[in-house]
Amino acid sequence: MYPANFDYQKAASVDAALQAMADNPDLKVIAGGHSLLPAMKLRLAQPPALLDIFNLEELKGIKEDGDFYVVGAMTTHADVLRSQLPLFPEVAGWVGDPMVRNRGTIGGSLAHADPSADYPAAALATGAEFVIRGMGGERTVGADEMFLGMFESAVQHGELLTHIRIPRGISASVYEKYRHPASHYAIVGVAMARHADGQIRAAYTGAAEKAARLPKLEERLNAGQDAGTGLVEGADMLGDRFASAEFRAHLVDVLSDRAAKRLG
Amino acid sequence: MNVTMNVNGKPYTRDVEPRTLLVHFLREDLLLTGTHVGCDTSQCGACTVHVDGEAVKSCTVLAVQADGMDVTTIEGIGTPGDLHPLQTGFWEKHGLQCGYCTPGMIMASAELLKHNPSPSEQEIRYHLEGNYCRCTGYHNIVKAVQHAAEIMAQGGQAGGQAADD
Ligand SMILES: Cc1cc2nc3c(=O)[nH]c(=O)nc-3n(C[C@H](O)[C@H](O)[C@H](O)COP(=O)(O)OP(=O)(O)OC[C@H]3O[C@@H](n4cnc5c(N)ncnc54)[C@H](O)[C@@H]3O)c2cc1C
Repeated sequence: MYPANFDYQKAASVDAALQAMADNPDLKVIAGGHSLLPAMKLRLAQPPALLDIFNLEELKGIKEDGDFYVVGAMTTHADVLRSQLPLFPEVAGWVGDPMVRNRGTIGGSLAHADPSADYPAAALATGAEFVIRGMGGERTVGADEMFLGMFESAVQHGELLTHIRIPRGISASVYEKYRHPASHYAIVGVAMARHADGQIRAAYTGAAEKAARLPKLEERLNAGQDAGTGLVEGADMLGDRFASAEFRAHLVDVLSDRAAKRLG
Repeated sequence: MNVTMNVNGKPYTRDVEPRTLLVHFLREDLLLTGTHVGCDTSQCGACTVHVDGEAVKSCTVLAVQADGMDVTTIEGIGTPGDLHPLQTGFWEKHGLQCGYCTPGMIMASAELLKHNPSPSEQEIRYHLEGNYCRCTGYHNIVKAVQHAAEIMAQGGQAGGQAADD
């Protein structure tokens, strides 16, 4: 047995899940389990009780609502890959491998806010919005307010991320990634999108403690200039045995240049 | 907790701890030891099986999460007398040396061929990114999958359970 023991229950609905979490603060949500179970197998996480929301139909699938696509949090990476969403299908194609994509979910990834995850860069570049529900009701959080730190998103204990709203007016988008050869996570990823008003938004992931916009890059591209270099000068970069902070900063420049050229 | 699963077409009910991984349920409760465990980090793909027709890493699914579902393992896709085209392909093209990764390779490839009956070399390599082989250098694995695709294109049937999952 790899993981420590725990209680397990399946949620019958979002409302029932929120009530169960209010009644038992020990409950930990499990979605696709593809970040949580690897951590539990290594006993880096030992939740006493799991609440499974993976099969909740109300959290699956993609709908259109005015100027937005509304993506259920339990939509798998595989379904995102096959969808008509802007930018996210290309990004999903870079997540893990086919088996990971069959189980892992877009909501699980974004709520988890792994600094090496791919979607956060796409959420920032597209200006996605996050619908978060708690016992007190529902709130919507913008992408720029979603990623707070390493493994820390705006989703609070006792809340569920239910939907991701992605603007429909995006005319072009690209994702460039330099990935870790074994884990497949991003060492650096750069996402870019041209919005309905013609403005380009860009963001990076993997290189720092959280995904973030690239204001210098956006300014240059929107002024018709090249991406250039020094895009994250002064920012705190992650350095580890796979890639030094300097190398990651360099990769942000290189991948931004490639992304800008592909975006055209 | 009680779980009931259809594994390779047969129903099984067992009492398991919630922490039981699907791969351990298959190997230790049902004694279906064709599904292998090659790593502790959800990366190697040796444990790949199909759950409701989709390839998953059974080391990263709890047995209780697969309650009520249809599971197909390497034991379910062919028999020694009636090999699945992928099994024939791996045999004919020497797609294995030690064989440890082969069940996972075959289950992952079976999902690919279901959606894409004549994949290019690049598509095969992309689809097998979650399956690690430490012997072959992958070249013969690609040939094995191409060989299987040819057999299937010529009407060679997928034997066993994978045909209808
Ligand atoms: C081998 C491997 C390779 C991978 N490679 C990549 C990669 O290249 N890029 C990448 O981005 N990711 C990668 N991943 C991670 C994968 O994308 C995960 O699926 C994802 O990070 C988490 O989604 P999940 O549905 O599996 O969430 P889970 O693991 O079930 O949950 C993750 C965390 O989020 C919480 N949570 C989940 N859903 C909600 C919700 N709706 N509301 C509130 N909290 C919630 C859980 O409580 C938990 O703390 C990889 C994983 C593996 C195993």
